[in-house]
Amino acid sequence: MDSSRPSDHFDSAPPTEGITQPKLGFIGYVRFFWRQLTSMKTALFLLLLLAFAAIPGSLVPQRSSDPNGVVAFKAENPDLFPLLDTLQVFNTYTSVWFSAIYLLLFISLIGCIVPRTRHHWQALRTRPPRTPARLERLAGFTSITATADATAALDSAEALLKRQGYRVERFPMSVSAERGYLRETGNLIFHMALVGVLLSVGIGGGFGYSGQRVVVEGQKFVNVLGDYDSFNPGPFFSSDVLSPYRVKLDSFEATYETQNVNAIGQAIDYSANVTTTDASGADDTATVKVNSPLSIGGTEIYLLGNGYAPQLVVRDPDGKVVWADDVPFLPQDAFLTSVGIVKVPDGLAEQIGMAGLFYPTATDLDSGAMSSSNPDLNDPKLTLRVYSGDLGLDEGIPRSVYALETDDLTPIAGDGADTKALELGVGDVVDLPNGLGTIEMTGVKRFASFDVHHDPSQLWVLLFAILILGGLLTGLFIPRRRVWVKVAEQDGGDLRLEYAGLARGEDPGLESAVTEIAAKHSQLLGLKLNP
Amino acid sequence: MTHIFETYSVIAVYSALVVYTVAFIAFTLDLARRSAPATASVRTGTMATASGGRATALLERLATDAPAGSSGSTRQLRLAMGFAVAGWVLHVTAAVLRGLAAGRVPWANMFEFSLTATAIIVGVFLAAQFWQDLRFLGVYIIGFTMLLLGIASVNFYVPISPLPPALQSAWLVIHVFVASLGTGFFAIGAGLSIAQLLQFRRETTGRGPGFLATLPSAATLENLAYRVILVGFVFWTFTLIAGAIWAERAWGRYWGWDTKEVWTFIIWTIFAGYIHARATRGWRGSRSAWLAIVGFSAVMFNFTIVNLFFKGLHTYSGL
Repeated sequence: MDSSRPSDHFDSAPPTEGITQPKLGFIGYVRFFWRQLTSMKTALFLLLLLAFAAIPGSLVPQRSSDPNGVVAFKAENPDLFPLLDTLQVFNTYTSVWFSAIYLLLFISLIGCIVPRTRHHWQALRTRPPRTPARLERLAGFTSITATADATAALDSAEALLKRQGYRVERFPMSVSAERGYLRETGNLIFHMALVGVLLSVGIGGGFGYSGQRVVVEGQKFVNVLGDYDSFNPGPFFSSDVLSPYRVKLDSFEATYETQNVNAIGQAIDYSANVTTTDASGADDTATVKVNSPLSIGGTEIYLLGNGYAPQLVVRDPDGKVVWADDVPFLPQDAFLTSVGIVKVPDGLAEQIGMAGLFYPTATDLDSGAMSSSNPDLNDPKLTLRVYSGDLGLDEGIPRSVYALETDDLTPIAGDGADTKALELGVGDVVDLPNGLGTIEMTGVKRFASFDVHHDPSQLWVLLFAILILGGLLTGLFIPRRRVWVKVAEQDGGDLRLEYAGLARGEDPGLESAVTEIAAKHSQLLGLKLNP
Repeated sequence: MTHIFETYSVIAVYSALVVYTVAFIAFTLDLARRSAPATASVRTGTMATASGGRATALLERLATDAPAGSSGSTRQLRLAMGFAVAGWVLHVTAAVLRGLAAGRVPWANMFEFSLTATAIIVGVFLAAQFWQDLRFLGVYIIGFTMLLLGIASVNFYVPISPLPPALQSAWLVIHVFVASLGTGFFAIGAGLSIAQLLQFRRETTGRGPGFLATLPSAATLENLAYRVILVGFVFWTFTLIAGAIWAERAWGRYWGWDTKEVWTFIIWTIFAGYIHARATRGWRGSRSAWLAIVGFSAVMFNFTIVNLFFKGLHTYSGL
């Protein structure tokens, strides 16, 4: 029916068997493989294979979305990990095998789109075909014998079909009509838009970047490379595109449920109130919320996390302040029990490192351990294990501020030491072991964790996504059909009117459409339908 | 007031389950009756339609195509549909009361997803009767709903809690609702495909339960399944796009291969395959029916196993 379709499309002629094929040369083989790749069976196979290949990525943590999960998986499955890692299952969606499947699928898709577009372009400019000699075998065949004028009957049939959106061609004794060209148009748009999404993601995404930054209340951050905690540029990123704006976190407000006994402590709202300064120096205030990012300088700033930052001051035995900072503690559970690291390299007799646990609403458990019973700041407590020794900060090797290598350090308070872990409330001053000095928690601030994204592909992807949906709707639900109305003058001077249709693709409503046309036409001619 | 609504909602859920059970029994009795040797009334019905009908596989003609149309008058079936509608009214009441009690849409945790999604599935099933006589799927749809709603009420129940910040978005209303709607269509499509497989076996080997004789032909069932699944596929595509737009707002990226995103993609791909299978030689018939069933199984897997056991950003089950 449609020469542009793959040879194994269900309605193309079945293959003839038993023919001796000529020997294929190189070009012949290339053509053969191209035919295979662009056949429906291969496309279907690749499509289902793609679905299947996506599964491992949901079973095993992915480096892209859950890097900590990958580390944990490695620790739990030391034997399995190297094998899976070689198979790239931790990067399933960028792996060689997954990429191979979708690239082949898209090549197959393009191999299908191109000829069909060409074919459809021609079809769009072709008049409806000649009326078949015998309509009896076609769908919805209806015939009426009546006394009427042939020309008038065809005139009104032509007008009726045109009104119904058919493209109409008049022949001496019949009218040939076709409609629903939009079906194939939609179909092609759908498939082209899929390619569009892939290209937008592949190319446009490469120009983007994302960066993360933790900002404590009162602090500011500037949109320059050096000011990010972590930064992930696309392959085509250039630092020129960074617009040098500044964002200061004035305050962070978290609201927790206090009334509903079933949900005490559940977060209801997070608001980061910020003052922004754009490249021209103009100040503005804004509120960043979850689901409501801030647009500035061609980027979007998302509020993706928050927590507490105890304000700590370390003094030497003489009472001189040697170190003071607001240290962000990373939340570990819904009640914001948080962990943090404090490193004091200078000013004391020895370098000390501290690993702390922070409880916003401290509660003593029966076991003697402490836990937090509410995420709000009701009774903040900080416990610190203290280590002394070389922190390794002077060798010029970058060290994470959120990790403390304790292997080469000596515990002096907490596990493994004679002194118990230090415990501080707000305003408490506690002695460090071995007369090293004191530490004080002067207050507790909140911090916000911002994600800054610049993704030039985003709008393109959205545009193509809308085209996908639009193409799908027109490509699936607009029927493509041909309808013929034929007249024949009978011996007795009567006129025999015949109606029939032909589906081109799925068209469950064809029969009723033809019957309806016949009925309407009879009505127009003032006839009584009497099949 | 809130507390009273919440309690009434629970009462309505259990009442709906009771009424559904009665409907389920009646639907089963209807199938059993259809399996019995054909009675005189059914025979005449068949003959009458055979003489008046034209042999086509189209929706307007379906009633004349299958003798099933004549079984519409049985008491069990009318009773079953009556109870199904009554159960559904209670079911919807439960969802509405839950929403009123919470002051938001009733789909923010696993219990509420199950409550509302099953109500939507039954709603799609009931609404589909205006289009086609699909009452023979009653056992399947009501049985499925009872199972899911029962598990949800007993195992997934959580008291009302406020929306976490990540869910405070208009997209919650649209994205989840349309996903449930798509699920309803996929459920019916899978039911029709199961019927198609059974019918095909009966047509080729003569084996299978007797009620199949009163169902449309395998080819007709396939056509119906295809058309129902097309609608589901459009809703699923919309869900995917709406989810991506929401993900961009809430998580800062429109696509990140989160486990739930992965499974939504897998489902989309399976049903895209289903649609293409219809245009591929050798893939029509039973093979594509299996694809529809696998696709709906993936939807259920995504809804239950992924929600409850997989780690990811869509951790809103509340369990």
